[in-house]
Amino acid sequence: MALLERTSGSRGTGTGPGASPTGRSRRSLAARRERRERRWSPGPDLDRQRPSRSLLVALGLASATLMTLDLTAGGAALDPVRGVVADVVGPAEAGATALVSPVLAVPDFFRTHSSLREEVAALEEENTALRAELGSAAFQRNRLAAYDELTATAEDLGYSLVPSRVVGWGPAQSFSSTVTIDAGTDAGVQPDMTVVSGAGLVGRVVSAGRTTATVLLIIDPASTVGARIGDTLDMGFLTGRGVVGDEGRLDLELVDRTAVPARADSVVTWGSDGGAPYVSGVPIGRVTRVYSSLRETSQRVVVDPYVDFGSLDVVGVVVPTGTTSDRALVGPDGELSDEPGGGEQ
Amino acid sequence: MSTARAAAAAAAVFVALLLQVSLAPHLAWQGVVPNLVLLVVVAAALTRGPQFAMVLGFAAGALLDLAPPADHTAGRWALALVVVGYVAGRVRSEASPTATTVVSTVAASSFVATSLFAMTGLLLGELSVGVGELLLVVGLAVVWDVVLTPFVLPPLMAMFRRLEPARLA
Repeated sequence: MALLERTSGSRGTGTGPGASPTGRSRRSLAARRERRERRWSPGPDLDRQRPSRSLLVALGLASATLMTLDLTAGGAALDPVRGVVADVVGPAEAGATALVSPVLAVPDFFRTHSSLREEVAALEEENTALRAELGSAAFQRNRLAAYDELTATAEDLGYSLVPSRVVGWGPAQSFSSTVTIDAGTDAGVQPDMTVVSGAGLVGRVVSAGRTTATVLLIIDPASTVGARIGDTLDMGFLTGRGVVGDEGRLDLELVDRTAVPARADSVVTWGSDGGAPYVSGVPIGRVTRVYSSLRETSQRVVVDPYVDFGSLDVVGVVVPTGTTSDRALVGPDGELSDEPGGGEQ
Repeated sequence: MSTARAAAAAAAVFVALLLQVSLAPHLAWQGVVPNLVLLVVVAAALTRGPQFAMVLGFAAGALLDLAPPADHTAGRWALALVVVGYVAGRVRSEASPTATTVVSTVAASSFVATSLFAMTGLLLGELSVGVGELLLVVGLAVVWDVVLTPFVLPPLMAMFRRLEPARLA
C-alpha cells in the first residue's frame, strides 16, 4: 500500500522538469529530482518485497501439490523422497541423541550416588520383568486352556526381536505420537511390524528407511489395536488419546457390549493375521476405569499402559525368526543369537 | 540469493530440526516442544524480509514433513511455515526491530503456524483430538517459543544480518 502511494505520488510530480520552470531556484529543482531518483531507484527492499504476494501463492500451491502427491496412491510418489531424507536425517538424529545423552546424564550423576543408581536400575529391571510376567500370565493360562493343541508352542510365546533405541521424538504440535528408532531395513525392520519394550506394547512401524524407522505409538489417536482382556478373553479395540505422560491413557471399546471387565485386569494384543501389524499376546496395560454409557449402551474402558511413553528408550521390533539383520537378534528364548553377518551389537 | 546465506540458513534449519527431535523432547512439557525450525524462519523473516523467509519456510517445512518421526501428510508444515515467512516478513521494519516486536512476532508466528497445521489436519481428516486439547497444545507452543526467543533469536538474526550481501548503490 505504501509502495502504491509512493509510486503514484512520484508519477504525479514527475510530469517533467518543465512543469515549474522559473519560480523556484535551480537548487530545489535539483534536490527534488534527486529525491525522485532515490524513490525510483530499485532499492534492495522494494525489489525484494514486490513479488512476495505472488511468491506466497506459488509456495502455497507448492505445499498443496505436496499434500496431493502424498495423498494419491498412498504416497507412492513421495516414498523415495522420504527414504532419501530418512537416510540423511536418521543417522544425524542418532548422532545428535548420542551427543546429547551424556549431557542429559550430568544432573543425574550429581544428584545420586552411583550405588543407589545401580540399585534403582536393578529394581526397575526386576519390576519390569515381573510386571510383564503378570501381564501375560492370565492370557497365557487362558490360552492354554482354550487351545490345548497350542500347549507345545505356548512355551515360546516369545518372538525374535531386533533391539533398537529411540533417537527422535515427534513434537505434540504435529498432533501425532511418533518416534524414530535407529533400526531400519538393514536390521530387518519392515513397515507393519510390532514394536515392544520390556514393559509391553509400544506401537507399530509405519515406515522404514535404511537405518531408521518411524514408529506410530499406541497412544496416538489414529492408532487402533485389536486387544482382549487377558482374564475373560473379551475382544475389543484400543485407541489412543494422543496424550503423553501420566495422562497417557488408552480407550478400549469391547465388541461384546455387555461384558464388564474388572479393575486391574490385564489387556493384551489380540493379534492380526500373519502377525502384522500386531502379534498376539503382548501385554498392553491394565484396566483402571469402566464407564458405561446408557445412551450408547456400550462400555468405555480406560486402560493404563504398562509402557511409560514419556521415557521410551530401548525397544524391540518383532521380526520373523531367522531374519538377517545387521545386529544380533534377541531370540525367542531370550538369548542373543549371533548372526554370521552381524558384527555390531 | 548468495550461496553462503543459503548454506547458513540450511545448516541452521538442519541443526534446529535435530535439536527439536533429539534434545527438546527431554524438556518437553506435555509433549509440546519449542518449535526451533519456526524460530529460524522468523529470524530470517525479521532480518531478510518475506521473500527469503517464505522460500526458507517452504524448504524447512518440507524437511519437517519428510524427516523420520513425521507421519502426517507432507506439505502441511511447509504451508504453515510459508505463511509464517510471509506474516513475519511483513513486520520487518527498516531499523533493527525492538525486543517487543521480536517477541510479539514470534508469538503470532507460533500461533499461526500451529493453528494452520492443525487446520490442514482437520481439512484432510488427520486430526482426531478435541478442541480443548488442540488449544492447549497451541497455547503451550506459543509459551515455549516465546520463552526461547531471547536465547535463540538474537544470534540467528545476527547471523542472517552479517550474511547480508554488500549493498552497492
